[in-house]
Amino acid sequence: MRGLLWFSAFLTVAVLVTIVGYIFYKGYRLINFDFIFGDYSPAGDGGIWPMIVTTIYTIAISLLIATPIGILAAVYLQEYAKQGRLVKTIRFATESLTGIPSIIYGLFGAVFFVTTLKLGMSIIAASLTLTIIVLPVIIRTTEEALKTVPHSYREGSLALGTTKLQTLYKVILPSAMPGILSGIILSIGRIVGESAAIFLTAGTVAAMPESIFSSARTLTVHSYLVTQESGDIELAAAIGIVLIVIILVLNLSATFISKKLNKADY
Amino acid sequence: MGCMLMSTTVIERNNAEKGNFSQMKQHSGEAAKISVTDLNLFYGEKQALYNVSLGIQEKKVTALIGPSGCGKSTFLRTLNRMNDLIDGVKITGDIVVDSENIYQSNDVIKLRTKVGMVFQKPNLFPMSIYDNVAYGPRMQGIKNKKELNKIVEESLRGAAIWDEVKDRLKTSALGLSGGQQQRVCIARAIAMKPEIILMDEPTSALDPISTLKVEELITHMKKDYTIVIVTHNMQQAARVSDKTAFFLNGEIIEYDETDHIFSMPQDQRTKDYVTGRFG
Repeated sequence: MRGLLWFSAFLTVAVLVTIVGYIFYKGYRLINFDFIFGDYSPAGDGGIWPMIVTTIYTIAISLLIATPIGILAAVYLQEYAKQGRLVKTIRFATESLTGIPSIIYGLFGAVFFVTTLKLGMSIIAASLTLTIIVLPVIIRTTEEALKTVPHSYREGSLALGTTKLQTLYKVILPSAMPGILSGIILSIGRIVGESAAIFLTAGTVAAMPESIFSSARTLTVHSYLVTQESGDIELAAAIGIVLIVIILVLNLSATFISKKLNKADY
Repeated sequence: MGCMLMSTTVIERNNAEKGNFSQMKQHSGEAAKISVTDLNLFYGEKQALYNVSLGIQEKKVTALIGPSGCGKSTFLRTLNRMNDLIDGVKITGDIVVDSENIYQSNDVIKLRTKVGMVFQKPNLFPMSIYDNVAYGPRMQGIKNKKELNKIVEESLRGAAIWDEVKDRLKTSALGLSGGQQQRVCIARAIAMKPEIILMDEPTSALDPISTLKVEELITHMKKDYTIVIVTHNMQQAARVSDKTAFFLNGEIIEYDETDHIFSMPQDQRTKDYVTGRFG
């Protein structure tokens, strides 16, 4: 049994190392300053800076909208709402939303944000679509984080003659912060990894976006297109390396911020 | 319990009038700080307290004893309305604190400022010792650093823990031992300048030496505060309290001077309990 457990753990790590290793091996030769910071050129010798900028835009905008809404919704469900059928229904709905294939969200975004709201194929339309995709993730993780805050903290705070809101802001949310942040990190992964929904809402224009209302191409979409159009695995792998590094940097900074936040309280 | 002095006065008691001791006690001259009349409490359909009446005197330690599930903690939590946090709790009867009926007023904040509470397990927040003690005053809007410093020091001194923590006020409170944490909890309650402090089995999670320290502290604190303490430990009730109420199945069976409860209980059930025959 122990051997089996060990083997499973080993297999997981091995697969991860193999994939990451393979991508690095395939792509590292292309990585240089011009590749990352250079403007794109259709001739193939340009960089991927426009795609990096687009990716960062979509992450920033989606999180800016989804995080506050998600946290507030979770706080309402967990701390304020009367635990009854309505809350159960909402919870079931958010859970189901996490399971829906992203192409469905993409189709909805294409119909609603792009066409009905006349946003056109744009970064903002893609970001709004991504907001809907990550909202259930943030709500779920925040709810779980709030659940882990010991009831005794609430009692201790309320018994000191504080209001529910004070207790929430000063004791409960800070204690739940690490969990909430892990939800945000998961969301970043979801946003960066998304291709289908962005393809349908932001389009594929391979140029530096003029504003968030222009159509643009994220790294993931770019990676998909170069593989599909020209079969350039090397280029796709190089983009993969950049993606991995971006996610790593964002995760590390989220952890760093969470530690800083905790320090301020201790 | 054999070492307990027998009191020379025996209060006459009409067993038929059991349950309305508050009135009986008031003829002794001292007005009750808290007076409870015909309190009934229901968790949904289930009744947990039956016609509880008693008067709690100012600057005395009142112990609530009884077997698990007898309603003593539930009763304690009615005094600062902590039961409000539980869905489906219904309460009838009156609790008057300083001539104000606390269930008719809606100012729970004011009540809980006046009636502090210490819980069974130390429940300090994941903050520094200083921030824990300053938490309540800060929430009341006190921002002045000097004033906060003064409150924190006074409160920690009041809880007899200042000397142990004065050099580490800015470190996490969760790094303290259980006994120290519980005394910081007491300091945190004192920082609100309450008049009444409720303690729900405050030493049940502590080792004997820490327990002793908290008990000493309680005896010391009654100069300034009215204390109501729930305890499983009968020796503790005998050591720290002036008055003791014995709860059984949601009713007060007997309420009297602690000496009397332990040396000459009037009710057979009290006698059985304090002599350790059940519970």
